[in-house]
Amino acid sequence: MAVLVIADHDNATLKDSTEKTVTAALKLSGDVDILVAGKGAKGVADAAAKITGVRKVLLAESDELGEGLAESLEALVVPLMNGYDAVLTPATSQGKNFSPRIAAKLDVAQISEIVDVVDASTFIRPIYAGNALETVQSSDAKKVITVRPTAFKAAADGGSAKVETIAPPAAPAKTHFVDQKLVKLERPELSGAKIVVSGGRAMGSAEEFQKVIEPLADKLGAAVGASRAAVDAGYAPNDYQVGQTGKVVAPELYIAIGISGAIQHLAGMKDSKVIVAINKDADAPIFQVADFGLVADYKAAVPDLMAALTAAGK
Amino acid sequence: MKVLVPVKRVIDYNVKARVKSDESGIDLANVKMSMNPFCEIAVEEAVRQKEKGVVTEVVAVSIGPAQAGETLRTALAVGADRAILVQTSEDLEPLAIAKVLKAIIALENPDVVIMGKQAIDGDNNATGQMLAALLDWPQATFASALELAPGKATVTREVDGGLQTLAVDLPAIVTADLRLNEPRYASLPNIMKAKKKELVIKELAELGVDTAPRLKVLKVAEPPKRGGGIKVETATDLVANLKTAGVL
Repeated sequence: MAVLVIADHDNATLKDSTEKTVTAALKLSGDVDILVAGKGAKGVADAAAKITGVRKVLLAESDELGEGLAESLEALVVPLMNGYDAVLTPATSQGKNFSPRIAAKLDVAQISEIVDVVDASTFIRPIYAGNALETVQSSDAKKVITVRPTAFKAAADGGSAKVETIAPPAAPAKTHFVDQKLVKLERPELSGAKIVVSGGRAMGSAEEFQKVIEPLADKLGAAVGASRAAVDAGYAPNDYQVGQTGKVVAPELYIAIGISGAIQHLAGMKDSKVIVAINKDADAPIFQVADFGLVADYKAAVPDLMAALTAAGK
Repeated sequence: MKVLVPVKRVIDYNVKARVKSDESGIDLANVKMSMNPFCEIAVEEAVRQKEKGVVTEVVAVSIGPAQAGETLRTALAVGADRAILVQTSEDLEPLAIAKVLKAIIALENPDVVIMGKQAIDGDNNATGQMLAALLDWPQATFASALELAPGKATVTREVDGGLQTLAVDLPAIVTADLRLNEPRYASLPNIMKAKKKELVIKELAELGVDTAPRLKVLKVAEPPKRGGGIKVETATDLVANLKTAGVL
């Protein structure tokens, strides 16, 4: 059985979600190749070649692959699948964009966001925003899988696979790249951050949210999140939303401030390694998932926490 | 310009999904069901495009049991013009749903399909992309802004770390992300009016589509429970505990 992993990268650097996906792929088979589809991405392919356990790296380059157009990825990968039994893609927004297209063209199901491999055709995946784990067995001849990177450890470096250049597909006729604005974030990106500080409706206003949540996040080098209630109330922008309808995060440390812990919020953060809750209501549901709970008004607790962090050398 | 909006009936996003004791699936008995939140955003967008005068007709479609008709009535109350229910008691996978939608598209010939990026039950985030591939149509997923013009859609997409803008030739598939709009609530008069709008029911078998499942669900289990936490008295205690836990 041969498995293809599609690398996650920004044409300059390989993202560690690729190494994590290789770990999942190696549970399926020892014959794992990596595809780097991009533009000016030779450095990415060289980095991928160093991942332990990788047989070879395929590099395909064109403008449209560099722009990550789903139609181009589909045209590139579908013919390659003659030589593979499974294709695994990290479940990033880029991977989620093109992988189902490949599945449909191959007339197979996509097994989405797996968190564990039982055997070469049986996988575990979260449903209902992680409120249940589904074990599914695929009857398709070829498997198209996306992998939740946070569920797997990164494969180590130490390999020296060959990089082989392959021809890119023709440019798609009906999709045209206009532009891309990548935000130069002053803070880490929410979905990949090691620490997340989130605020809830208790903040009471956008000004208060900025005044309380953001300095604490900056002190910790954390991303900022918010509950849906805070977003709906206009205290925080929509892309801060953590929860079933927002972003699902699993950082090392999640600090929930003034968040009661509605089901839809818990669904988005309960896989975090350590959860801290600060809320003045001792009965708030957030305390049921918190490793460390501080029953206090955030107005006093957050300045105290800032001071305690300073005292601890942060 | 005609828009097709597929919508799905799912467990209300404020209700906790409970696993059946025999681990065969999720207990849906007596649970509040609603329109999938991303589908609500898709309906809202289609209706706004109609209000802007770009779109002339909004057709909502759902695939599911008779009760999915209620979900379609919600879409009609928000402003869809008519609705189609493809009735089935089977729980179809995204590939099968995409094939059914392709068959509906062959009958309806929409210029654009606007649909939610993902349903909050299966969490697959696949149907729109699969539909685009089956039709060989361009796709613009995870849309946060949509501009429709004759023969063309300009779509701003949420990508990792920022926004990407694509121009796609119509017909095309657009999937809605959270920031595209904030759905309105249907007013009572509009809910009453919606009852008189056309809702056509088709049986799944009429469409002659292969909807056989490709995945067999062996088990649906509760995720591991989090161990009980502790309450700390002061911020200083908290920081000390976090240091011990190795996360600071």
